[in-house]
Formats: sequence, C-alpha cells, structure tokens
Amino acid sequence: MATREILGKMLEFDADNHLKNRDDWNEQVALELAKEEGIAELTDRHWLVVNFMRKVFMEKGDAPSIRKLTKESGVETKELYALFPKGPAKKAAKIAGLPKPTGCI
Amino acid sequence: MKKLLILGGGTAGTIIANKLHEALDAGKWQITIVDRSETHYYQPGFLFIPFGIYTSKDVMKPKRDFYPRGIEVVIAEIDKIEPNENRVLLKNNQVLSYDYLIVATGTNIHPEETEGLIDENWLKDKFDFYTLEGSCALANFFKSWEGGRLVVNIVEMPIKCPVAPLEFLFLADSYFTEMGMRDKVDIHFVTPLPGAFTKPIASGIFGDVLEKKNIRLTTEFGIARVDNEKKAIVSWEEEEIPYDVLVTIPTNKGDSAIERSGMGNEFNYLATDKDTLRSIDYPNIFVIGDTTDLTSSKAGSVAHFEAEILYENFLNAVEGRPMRAKFDGHANCFIESGFGKGLLIDFNFDVEPLPGKFPLPGIGPFSLLQETKMNHYGKVMFRWVYWNLLLKGLELPIESNMTMAGKRY
Repeated sequence: MATREILGKMLEFDADNHLKNRDDWNEQVALELAKEEGIAELTDRHWLVVNFMRKVFMEKGDAPSIRKLTKESGVETKELYALFPKGPAKKAAKIAGLPKPTGCI
Repeated sequence: MKKLLILGGGTAGTIIANKLHEALDAGKWQITIVDRSETHYYQPGFLFIPFGIYTSKDVMKPKRDFYPRGIEVVIAEIDKIEPNENRVLLKNNQVLSYDYLIVATGTNIHPEETEGLIDENWLKDKFDFYTLEGSCALANFFKSWEGGRLVVNIVEMPIKCPVAPLEFLFLADSYFTEMGMRDKVDIHFVTPLPGAFTKPIASGIFGDVLEKKNIRLTTEFGIARVDNEKKAIVSWEEEEIPYDVLVTIPTNKGDSAIERSGMGNEFNYLATDKDTLRSIDYPNIFVIGDTTDLTSSKAGSVAHFEAEILYENFLNAVEGRPMRAKFDGHANCFIESGFGKGLLIDFNFDVEPLPGKFPLPGIGPFSLLQETKMNHYGKVMFRWVYWNLLLKGLELPIESNMTMAGKRY
C-alpha cells in the first residue's frame, strides 16, 4: 500500500500501483495517471476505452481483458496497443482508476 | 431417479465423478459422464516429451480405467447445453436431460487465433507442447536440430498451467547442455506479462533463475502475427523477434460447446461463484477445473482441490442445505528446473507463492520456491499419484485449503 500526491490530494494506491478508492477518481486524476504512464494527453479514442472499462467494471466487478475490449468496445487490438503501449488492458485500467484486470494474472 | 450429468471426463470430471459416485445412493441417482475421447492424457507429462524424458505411451491410458463402475459413459461430442430446459444436446443427436449438471469441459489451445501461426510449417518450425501431437513433433525436431534461436512465446493470458512455459525453458537449458550444444542455442522467452511469472515474488525469483541459466527475457510483448517469410514474431507495436524454431503457447479457450450454448465469457469460460463453485446463473449447474472463469490457475492440482469443495457443496445443495465449503483458489505446482532439480509453489487467491517448507512446516521434505533434488523427485512421483490416487478421488496428504504454516513472509 502506498500513498501518493495527485493534484494536491494524498491518494491511496494498491500493491499493483492502481488507485485504491474508486471515489478518488475523476477525469483530472485520469489525466495525471495517464502522464505517469507516458501518455501525454487523452484523446476521444482513449476516453472511449477508459469509459468502456469503467462500465464493464461497474457491471461485472472486474476490468475487461484485451480480448473483451477488442470484441466489445469497437477498438481493434492494434489501435489499443497504439493508444496504451505495452499492456493496454492493464494501462487503461490504471488510468480508469480500476484494479488490475484479473485476466492479467 | 435423479440424474447427475457430468460434461467432460478429463482430470476434473473424473475426480468429481469418483467422489460423488462414492457418496450418492446408487438407488436414487444415475450418474452419466460425456466425453469425446476414450483416452485420458496425463497432460503434465507432455512437457517432458520434447526432451525425450517421456514418450507418448507414458502419458496415455484408457479413460474407462478411471471412471467409477456403475456410471453411464457416453462417448460423443457435445453440441450445446440448454440450461433453461435442463438438457444437453449431443452431436450424435442424442438428448440428455439432467437434474444437476457439472461442467468440466476444460480448456484447449487455439493457434489459429494468431495470424500466421498455422501454415505449412506448423509442427515443422513452429510447435506447441500442449498437445501430444505438438510435443511429439517437437521431440523429433530437437533430435536432429543443430542449434539456433529458440523462441518460447505466450500469446495471451490466461493459459493452462502458467508455470509450464518456465519449466519448458529450464528443461531446454538442461537438455541442450547435456547434448553439449548449449552454446549453439539462444533461448529467448517472450511474454505479454510484465515479468517472468504472474505473481510478483515468484516472478522475481524465476526472473533470477532465467538470468542464471542464460535465458533471455522479453516482457510486455503482445504478439500480433508471425511473419513466416522473415521467420519472426511481430508485436502489435511492430517489434520483431526472429526465431529459428518457435515454441508457442497459443490462446487458450474453453470448449466451443460453451460458446454454442451462449453461456461463456470472451474465452468461453463459465461464470462461477468463487466460494461455492456453483454457476452464477443456474442453481443446478456446478463448474469445476479449467472451465471456470475464476482467477485460480488452470491446473490439475486446482481441479483436485476444487473437487473437495464441490463435493461437499453438491451434497448439501441437493438436500437443500446451505453450501458452507469455500474454495480459496489453492494451487500447488512442482516446477522442473532441469539438471535433476525442481521448485515448488503453493498459493491461493489471496496469498502469492512464498518461500518455506512443504507440507510439514520447517521439515518439508519439499522446499518452496527453491531449487532442490527432492522437489524433482516430488514431480517424478506425482505421475504415480495422479494415476493411482488423484483421478480416483482418493485422499491426498494435502489440505484443500492452503495453509500459511511453513511459509516465510
């Protein structure tokens, strides 16, 4: 468990360095988290993925795998990797303020 | 007569059939098991075939030898489950109705999901070791190979037996060393994960073992396709890794019957209650083994531990009593590390693999997350345990729920 300052507020993070409390998340926090991942700005396509992840998490209690993202979000795998380099499911979940998808373990 | 139908006669289906047949009154229950094949494969043994340690006859026995006497066995392909009608349609047009259903249809590899993997060179310079066909073809290939770049690639998670790729790497290092040609083989592990394994402490320890054995590691590589002209795997971000021989751990998916039934997730795994192992959607359906959508490892030891929990919950559920047994995600895996040694890991949903002694705290004889000869003997003995005790649903001296005793943390 670690605490870090984001936009002047001390926020808690879990062992995977994902935001611990869902209520701490907002769009400004997402922008800061994206910067930490080396993503300078969030385009509409980024937001489409981030919002889809949040929607799935609210419904299922788990962030989706890359396969589910490709199948249901309307964003192809190739573009997912372009938007969120290296691990799209993990990175998008982090920026969305969600725990690491369980499919990643 | 009440009808219990079990779909799948692999490790999980066979264990639960044996346990429930023992407990359910034969005058009141008819148990039927359905499987497409008559042969039981000792899947942990596939790993040893490419290195000439086992041959195909070491890993095959007739399924019937392990089913309990007195149950009905149907050899057929499953078309689909109709959960609202409490029946299962088979491809031979047979219809089986049930009062209770246990789904144990498992998981399989799907190399066709990756562009360029299946072509005329499949099983010639690109192999899997998750099928008997793949591991035997690789054994033949290695016999006359003169060395070069050996790339071992996991396509995507989750996979069956997540430690198997590491064991393959360790055994390859040992095999080529003993052949006197280790200096001619560049072993390279390419994984979509951020480290050598799924869990942080073990990942660090395995990463060190890889380095010590001079095995290269590339992490966070999501394979998009195989470029067969260049003989390279190419990531979604257009990174290329050339190979002379590619050993792939392809996409794993649950049985296509689950998809045809419209019941599974994007990998055809069934939504399962992590405590009780009952289906989330249907109270008279239970799920066991690789078929669940749980985050526990897809492994035989997990199926064995799940069987103990499912057994108790099933017997209570059919009598209308509350289901009190809770699955904790327990997995226990021997990991061959080559040169006659092995490692052992023991973990569950909440506790990652830790160092220590197992099963007796402080004594062992096995050592957790440490390379020892004793761990290797454990793995060798396990094949006997599997055929003679585990499949028959007999007690093993390991608790179904994990214990912290003996672990260092």
